[in-house]
Amino acid sequence: MDMPELIVKVDDPAKAEAMLEVRELTTKYITRYKEDVYAVDHVSLKVAEGKSLGIAGESGCGKSTLALSLMGYYFAPLHYTSGEIIIDGRNISGMKPDDVRKSILGTEIAYIPQAAMNALNPTRKIINFIEDVMQAHGLSVTKKDVYDRARQFFERVGLPAEVLQKYPVELSGGMKQRTVIAVSVMLLPKVLIADEPSSALDVTSQKMVIKMLKSLIENDIISSLIFITHELPLLYNVVDDIMVMYAGQIVEQGPAKEVVLDPIHPYAKGLMGSIIVPEEGLRDAKLAAIPGVPPNLKKPPAGCRFAERCKYVRPECRTNSVALYEAGDGRTFRCILPEKELRDAYQREASKNAS
Amino acid sequence: MPVEKAVCLSGSGLTKVFAYSGQKTVAVDHVDFSFYEGEVVSIVGESGSGKTTLAKMLLGLTSVSEGDIFFQGQKRDIRSQKKKKEYWKNIQAIFQDPFSSYNIFRKIDAVLLDCINLRGGRKLSEAKKIELMKEACSFVNLKFEELTNKYPFELSGGQMQRLMIARIFLLRPKILLADEPTSMIDACSRATILDELMHLRNEIGMTIIFITHDIGLAYYVSDTVYIMEHGKFVESGSADEVILHPTAAYTKRLITDVPKIHEEWDLSTV
Repeated sequence: MDMPELIVKVDDPAKAEAMLEVRELTTKYITRYKEDVYAVDHVSLKVAEGKSLGIAGESGCGKSTLALSLMGYYFAPLHYTSGEIIIDGRNISGMKPDDVRKSILGTEIAYIPQAAMNALNPTRKIINFIEDVMQAHGLSVTKKDVYDRARQFFERVGLPAEVLQKYPVELSGGMKQRTVIAVSVMLLPKVLIADEPSSALDVTSQKMVIKMLKSLIENDIISSLIFITHELPLLYNVVDDIMVMYAGQIVEQGPAKEVVLDPIHPYAKGLMGSIIVPEEGLRDAKLAAIPGVPPNLKKPPAGCRFAERCKYVRPECRTNSVALYEAGDGRTFRCILPEKELRDAYQREASKNAS
Repeated sequence: MPVEKAVCLSGSGLTKVFAYSGQKTVAVDHVDFSFYEGEVVSIVGESGSGKTTLAKMLLGLTSVSEGDIFFQGQKRDIRSQKKKKEYWKNIQAIFQDPFSSYNIFRKIDAVLLDCINLRGGRKLSEAKKIELMKEACSFVNLKFEELTNKYPFELSGGQMQRLMIARIFLLRPKILLADEPTSMIDACSRATILDELMHLRNEIGMTIIFITHDIGLAYYVSDTVYIMEHGKFVESGSADEVILHPTAAYTKRLITDVPKIHEEWDLSTV
C-alpha cells in the first residue's frame, strides 16, 4: 500500500518568485535651491532567491542612489517619491527611517558602500566593532557570546579568527573590506547590496572579495545579492542578471551573458565597447568611448535621455519619451528603434571596422 | 625593424629602504631599467609591490637610498631647488586621485595659466593665453567656455583627470608618469582618458610611464611591460610577450586574477 506523502511542500508563490521586488520606484534629491533631481526614475526589478543582480552604468547614472533607495532608508537630501519595495513578501516602502534602521537594516537588507572599510574605528579592535554592531541592533548578548559567534561566523565565511583581536591598521585593505562584509552579514540579512565593494582594491584582493560574496550566496548566508559596479568583466563573472542604468532609468536588462556579449541598447553597446581585459586581440581593438556626458537631471531631456550621445539618434528621439520594450528571453530595452534595426546597425558598423 | 631609439630615463641598482626603529623595509630592491623616448612603459604589480615608491623616486619626490637615475644619458642632479624645478619641466605626473590633485581655492583658469607661465609664456598677450587654454581644453574634448571661472571640484572625476591631461598638453614634458590615472574613474571615461593619453603621446612624442595593478590596462596601452613583485622586476619585455606568454609565476597569477570575458574566471586560486 502506498503511504501518503506526509510532508507537503507548500509553495508560497510570492516567496518563490522574488526575494526582493521593486515596483516603479522613484526617488529624488531636493537641492538647497529646492530643485528636484530624480536620480531613480520608475525603476522596477526582481531578484529571486539564490540569484544575483548586477547594476552597471557610468558615474552619475544613479547606481548608488538606487542602492540607497532600495534600503528604504531615506534621509535628506534624498526623498522617497513613489513606488514599492518588497523584501521577501514584506512591503517596506513608506516606513519611517527610524523603524527601517531598527527592523530592516542588517537583518533584512544589508549595504556595503565602496569605502566600507572606513567604517572600522581605528582605535578599536575588530571584536569591539562587532560588539558595537550587536548592541546597536539591540541584541543583549555577553561579550563571550559575541566572541564565540563571531569566531564561528568568521570561520564559516573563510576569514581567520585572529582578525578579531586585531586593530584595523594591522589589516590589509582587502582584509579590512572582507571583514566589513562579514560583519555586515552576521545578522543573516536576506539581501546584500554591494556598491563597488572591490574597486579600491588590487586585482588579487578583488578576487578574494568576489569569491567571498559568491560563497555567501552558496552557503545560504544571504539569499540574494545586488552588485553595483562599472566594471563589466567583473559583473559578467559574478552575477546572473544585469541591469544597465542611464540617467536614473533602466535602459537594458537581461541575463548577464547576453547583455554583455550581445547588448541591444546603444548605451549598453557603448559600455561594452569600453571593456579592457588581458586577452589576445585587445591591443588591436579600438576602445570605443561614448562621447559627451550624461544629461543634467535637474532638467531631464523631454525625449530619450541618451539621445544627445547616441549615434543612431533620430529627430523623434528628442521629443518622444521612450518606454521599456520586451525583447524576448526576459530581456528589456529602452529605445524607439526596433531590436532588429539596432542589430543591423551594429552589424554594419562591425563590418565597416573590419574592412 | 624600428629605429634604435634613445634612452630617455634609466636606472641602475635603484633601491629604496625605509627604516623605522631598527626595522628595515626594502621597498624597491636594486632595479635596473631603461625607458626609451616616445615609448609607453607600464610597471605592473599589486599593492605594496613598490611601484609607487619607484615612481616617487623617478619624480624626485623621495630620496634614493642606493643606485642612480640617468636622465637623457646624464646622471640626474636635483640637489638644489632650482635644478629640481628644471627637472620637473621634463617630467610630469598624473596621480590616482583627481579629487586631491587640485588646489580647491584656485580656479581652473589659474591652473592652466600656471602651465603657460611655467613654459615661459608669462609675457604673452591675454588673448594668446586664452587661445592656448582653449586649444588645450579642446584637445581633451572639454570646452574652455564651460570651464572658465569654475573651480576644480565642480567637475566630475573623469573631467578632472582630463584637465590634468590638458595641463600636460600645455607643459609638453619629455616624460609623463601616470600613477593609476584611471583607477578611480568609471570604465566609460577610462577609455576616453586612455585614448587621450595615447593621442598626446603621438602629438608631442613623450615617454609615458604607466603605473597600474591592472594588467589588462597595461596590455592595452603599453609597448613595454615591467612586472614588479616585492620591489624587484620579475619579468619585462614587450607587452605581447609578457602578457600572452608570461614566464614568471607572479605574472601568471596577476593575469588569472583579472576577470575576463572569453575565458573562465577561476575563483579557486585565491
